[in-house]
Amino acid sequence: MSLTAVVIDSLVAACLLASLLKDREKTKSALRIAWNALRRMGPSVLAIIAVIGIIVGFIPPRWIASSIGGDRGLLGLLIAVLLGAVLFIPAIIAFPLASSLLEMGAGVMAMAAFITTLSMIGFVFLPLEINELGRRFALLRNGLSFLAALVIAVLMGLILA
Amino acid sequence: MAMMPGEEKQPGETRLKQPLRKRIKWDLFFLALSVAAFAALSLACRDKGSRALRVSWEYFQEMVFILPAVMILMGLFAVWVSREMVVRYLGREAGLRGVALSILLGSLPTGPLYVAFPLAAMLLAKGARVANVMAFLSAWACIKMPQEVMELQFLGWKFTFLRLGLTAAIIIPMTLLAEKLHRREGENEAAPRP
Repeated sequence: MSLTAVVIDSLVAACLLASLLKDREKTKSALRIAWNALRRMGPSVLAIIAVIGIIVGFIPPRWIASSIGGDRGLLGLLIAVLLGAVLFIPAIIAFPLASSLLEMGAGVMAMAAFITTLSMIGFVFLPLEINELGRRFALLRNGLSFLAALVIAVLMGLILA
Repeated sequence: MAMMPGEEKQPGETRLKQPLRKRIKWDLFFLALSVAAFAALSLACRDKGSRALRVSWEYFQEMVFILPAVMILMGLFAVWVSREMVVRYLGREAGLRGVALSILLGSLPTGPLYVAFPLAAMLLAKGARVANVMAFLSAWACIKMPQEVMELQFLGWKFTFLRLGLTAAIIIPMTLLAEKLHRREGENEAAPRP
C-alpha cells in the first residue's frame, strides 16, 4: 500500500466519520452514490488495468527508444507526441527512459512532447472519460492537450537548445 | 450546464427500443477484449506475460486502495456541498480565483487520472464551469508531486521547471478555448449522470 493511498484512505475515513456523526441519512445516500459510481466504473477500470499490463509487459522500452531516439526533427516530434498519447507508461519507467534517450541524442523537443502527452492524454482512459464526461468534453480535452503538448515542446526546444 | 428534466436516463426502461449500437455494453466488451488480448499474448510469450501480470497486479492493488476512497469522497461531496457553493467558487462568477482553486484541487496528491473523471462529472453537474473542470483535470494529470520528484531527478531542474511552467501557462488559455468550443453545440450533451 503506497503512502498516497494511506493518506487518502485515512483522510476519507475521517470525513466519513464526521459525516456519520452529523447526519446518518445523508451519509447513507453518499455511500449509495459512491457504490453506484464504483459499479459503473468497474469494468472500464479493470480493462484499463489489463491494457496497462499489456503495454508495460509486451512493448519493450528498446522499441520505444528506437522510434523516438536520435534527433529526427519534426518527424521525431510527431512520433513522440503520438507515442506519448497512445501509450501508458508509469513515471518510474518513463523518466529514466526519457533521460537515457536524451543522452543518446534525442531532441529536447521530442522528450518534452513525450512526457507531456504521456501525462495529459490517455487513449487507454478515453472510453471511460467519454462515459463519465461526455464525448464532446473528452475529445476536446484530449485534442487540445495534444496541441498544448506540441506548443510546450516547441517552446522548450527553442529555449533549451 | 443545467440538466433538462427529461434528460436523465432511466436505465433498463427504453433499452429494447434503442439501436443495437447502444444496447451493447461497451465497457464489458472492452473488458473482455483486453482480457482476451492479455491472455493470448501471455500464452504466446510467457516471460513477458509474467511481467505484464505483475504490472497489472500492482495497478490493481493501487486501484483497490484508492478508487473506493475517492468514490466515497465524491459521494460525501455530492450530499454535503451544495450547488450554490460550487457555483460560487467554481462557476462563471468565480473568475481567476475559480481557476486557481481548480488547479489547487487537481494537484493534491491522489491516484491516476481515471479516478478524477467521476469527480469532474460531479463538479460539472453541480454547476462548475467547463474551463475550471478542464483545469482541474489537467492539473490532476500533470502536476503530481511524487512524479515531479522523479522528473527532477532524471531530467534535471531546467527541463522540469521549464516544462511545468509552460504547462501551467498554457493550461489556462487552453481551458478557456475548450469551454468556448464546448458551448458552441449542445449545451446539455455532456450533462453527466448524478
